[in-house]
Amino acid sequence: MFSTSKRMRALVASSAAALLLAGCGARAGDDTAAAGSSAAASCVDTSGATIKLGFLNSLTGGMAISEKTVSNVLHMAADEINASGGILDKKIEYVQEDGATDWPTFAEKTEKLLTQDCVAAIFGGWTSSSRKAVKPVVEKLNGLFFYPVQYEGLESSPNIYYTGATTNQQIIPAMDFLASKGVKTLFLAGSDYVFPRTANAIIKLYAAKLGIKIVGEEYVPLDKDDWTSQVAKIAAAKPDFIFNTINGSSNVGFIKAYYDAGLTPAKTPIISVSIAEEEAPAMGHEVTGNYASWNYFQSLKTDTNPKFIESWKAYPNSSGVTSDPMEAAYISLYLYKSLVEAAGSFDVDKVNAAAKAKPITFDAPEGKVTLDGENHHISKPGHIGRINADNQFDIVWASDKFIEPDPYLEGYDWFPADIRKQLTDAAG
Amino acid sequence: MAPLLNGSAQGALLLLAALGLSLTFGQMGVINMAHGEFLMIGAFSAYLVQQVISASDLSIPVALPVAFVVAGLFGLVLEVTIIRWMYRRPLDTLLVTVGVGLILQQAALQIFPSQGVPVEKPSWLDGQLTVLGYGWPLRQVFTILLASVCVAVLSAWLKYTSFGRRIRATVHNRDLAETAGISTRTVDRLTFFVGSGLAGVAGVAASLIGGTNSQMGAQYIIPAFLVVAAGGIGQLKGTIIAAWAVGVALAFFAYWTTGSLAQVLAFILVIVFLQLRPQGLFTVRTRSLV
Repeated sequence: MFSTSKRMRALVASSAAALLLAGCGARAGDDTAAAGSSAAASCVDTSGATIKLGFLNSLTGGMAISEKTVSNVLHMAADEINASGGILDKKIEYVQEDGATDWPTFAEKTEKLLTQDCVAAIFGGWTSSSRKAVKPVVEKLNGLFFYPVQYEGLESSPNIYYTGATTNQQIIPAMDFLASKGVKTLFLAGSDYVFPRTANAIIKLYAAKLGIKIVGEEYVPLDKDDWTSQVAKIAAAKPDFIFNTINGSSNVGFIKAYYDAGLTPAKTPIISVSIAEEEAPAMGHEVTGNYASWNYFQSLKTDTNPKFIESWKAYPNSSGVTSDPMEAAYISLYLYKSLVEAAGSFDVDKVNAAAKAKPITFDAPEGKVTLDGENHHISKPGHIGRINADNQFDIVWASDKFIEPDPYLEGYDWFPADIRKQLTDAAG
Repeated sequence: MAPLLNGSAQGALLLLAALGLSLTFGQMGVINMAHGEFLMIGAFSAYLVQQVISASDLSIPVALPVAFVVAGLFGLVLEVTIIRWMYRRPLDTLLVTVGVGLILQQAALQIFPSQGVPVEKPSWLDGQLTVLGYGWPLRQVFTILLASVCVAVLSAWLKYTSFGRRIRATVHNRDLAETAGISTRTVDRLTFFVGSGLAGVAGVAASLIGGTNSQMGAQYIIPAFLVVAAGGIGQLKGTIIAAWAVGVALAFFAYWTTGSLAQVLAFILVIVFLQLRPQGLFTVRTRSLV
């Protein structure tokens, strides 16, 4: 009964999304037709001493809370690359656009950046909704989009490069960590949208394989902070661990309700996939002692991390701490540089061919990442950190090697093909 | 038992957010969509007070009056510069105040860390009160007490002071009140100050329950308006009952179903109620013909 109603909801949501995307796609297509079939490819100007790139982040509206930092770190990476000679000896000239936390705006601005500003590639986005709004436009106009945030996977596009984690690089390592701690019961708490629902569907399948029992599952709308009623249910269920896929400010309310209910990291710890160095300070001491699963932490000891942290701290308007999504955004620009240099051209098809020709790598702050030329994701190390009193993370677990990206979870036998199809369709 | 207690606390926070609206919307007919941002201003005031008085045991009690005054002053400035040109044009106040709200949000985003700031709760709110076997978080008890005090002070002020009488007279019949020698301009300004100040107090309570960031106001504004409308415009007791009912309904629905569905069900309930009784729970009886 419950799963049927959820499926119905997914069906309605996906058909609504399909309608929306169809609308955007058609509009983008019309414009291309009007401007000539190869307008996008020919309009990028590579004759001058500069190359135009587009940055598309929400600088206003609800998501500005997170996306402002991504925009800032992209500016920093562009400044760094320019200081060291640019890309193919061309200085980056960036066009910053505001997605305004509005998905149709993301689609419109993508079209504007590609057809009017004639940028060679676009960097940005945060929510899956923004990415799904951009996707049909870059595919129609044959543009390039670099997306820097961990997400629910089950997607790949010839026109999108994903530098954040897919599920097998964040969710699955988190579950492996829980299994290594001997966790027997798990409660799932999430915001009500595509990422937590897909992540939890995957968690439930893997938990069954690991012998972990799911004792409850709760969702609250993304824009609601009050978690008291749901936390009361969690306290009653007494799970060994809470898997937290809540996003944004709602996390603060969740942590406060958790603390108030007398739950503690000693007895009922939380593992989160959206609380990083940027978010933890807003929760004060009440979040201390809980866990998070990311690929990058500021506390990571790698050769390149100290320089990254130092540059960011010195950068104007910086938040002073580094975190996973901003590191992924930083990677995205450098990865593009490596791709273009390997291709010897800014042409999208040549860049994509270069990605397939030989492995493109980058010495990222999280370690040396390698691009998968087929699915356009990158290899990443899995890390679990424990939040300390300074709102930094003590690394308590690491994957034994870099995890190859597997957005469709094809290498996991517990993930059945019919569920893959169902979730992929539901995600639109 | 748990949903009833949790719901009462949720209702109390809703009531705090709605109290100011019941003055500015209920009594003055101004649709102030920036009310949520006044609430945000109150929450940030609590944070700023905490920067000065680092001991949170003391800073929260200090923050309450500070937030009241700061948010009230913002309201006063809004009234003096914009709202006063728009009395009797509720639709225009709605549009203008949506814009003011967006400006305040963006300003907060520029000034404070974009992910929001922590407001530490006082240690005397740590722990729980055991009621019939349920550990009721003290933070919730505090919200209810705070709402009760605000309601008591506000209703006493409206009922027993000359200013309160002037406000009530203006609400009942603005022209007649003016004829009787009441400066309705002064009344308007003061009402707006108090209404906005109450949003500031609500903001302090909200900062103890959820996040303090530029977006926090948005989640309270629509439920608060619904509560004022369901309670009966201009009726304090209606607002109180409606806020409590919505809070408890939310908690029970959340207990039986999920958090998302609870929001939908609770507000369907309010809308159905308003369909059946558009004037709300209680109505103001006046002799005016309109």
